Amino acid sequence: MNISVLIPAFNEEKKIGEVVRKLKAQGYGDVVVIDDGSEDKTGIVAEKEGAKALYHVINRGQGAALKTGIKYCLRNGADIIVTFDADDQHSPEEISKLVEPIINGETEICIGSRFLKNTTNAPFVRRLFLRGGALLLSRMYKLNLTDSHNGLRAISKSAAEKINLTADRMEHASEILEQISKKNISYKEIPVTIRYTEYSLNHGQKSWDAFRILYRMLFRRLIR
Amino acid sequence: MVEAISVIIIIFALFAWSRALLRFKDKKIKGSEFSFWTLIWLSVLVLSLNPELAGLISFKLGIERPVDLVVYSSVLLLFYLNFRIYVKQEKTEQEITELVRELALRKK
Repeated sequence: MNISVLIPAFNEEKKIGEVVRKLKAQGYGDVVVIDDGSEDKTGIVAEKEGAKALYHVINRGQGAALKTGIKYCLRNGADIIVTFDADDQHSPEEISKLVEPIINGETEICIGSRFLKNTTNAPFVRRLFLRGGALLLSRMYKLNLTDSHNGLRAISKSAAEKINLTADRMEHASEILEQISKKNISYKEIPVTIRYTEYSLNHGQKSWDAFRILYRMLFRRLIR
Repeated sequence: MVEAISVIIIIFALFAWSRALLRFKDKKIKGSEFSFWTLIWLSVLVLSLNPELAGLISFKLGIERPVDLVVYSSVLLLFYLNFRIYVKQEKTEQEITELVRELALRKK
């Protein structure tokens, strides 16, 4: 089975090298970094560490970067695509837990959950928004989720071919869940560890972004 | 006797309609869009030439003052146009993303 690890990255030159190195050390040879119009040397640093880097000439958002990466991975024969964050929040050691059920044919997508076994040091407000989001998305899409907007997932080739992301920005994570529901893609939540650091909290999404994501989701639904 | 304000509105409506016509002739807007603008500016023309018609319509709709009818219709129209601009912007954004994606994939 060809496993590709896909990392959308925007201005992550400080961490991307370490992330790629750790993945390579775990034996993941096919690491694809989508440099989403970074103003720093994200793509170059990733390439130096042995990743394949694809460059968006301007920033289009994480959803757009993921779609580019998925397209690339599928064209290059990936059987499983693992989506991974660039800010060193995820543990490469846990990828095997996510891909195993797919290899065994149990499911098409494995979604990481930081709340299944409460394996996160997420601050209280972030925890509140994520749990609230999971509850809302579970109701909206008739899924059984404990976590929302977790960037660590493993997607089988068959699921990747079915999913067509149209949301360029952060609402893509909700769109993936929507398509899982609508296209009857089998899924499984797997407990994963998410390490929040000062860097990731300052660099990544803010809790209040949840409102913007919700607004974008509703607006997109309105114009569809 | 036509009021000065009516003359100004009529001239403006004709000017705006001529812009729509030119864009239609240049094939920059579709027939449906040209029909939409023709309907809008024609309504403005008719109401400017027959202000009592606005009174009659507002009375039928249960709106006390004709000027309120104009304000309500304008607000509704602006909301609709704003929505259309949002939709168009969303489409343009998606096209830009697709272009950026193709460039990224081709370079590899």
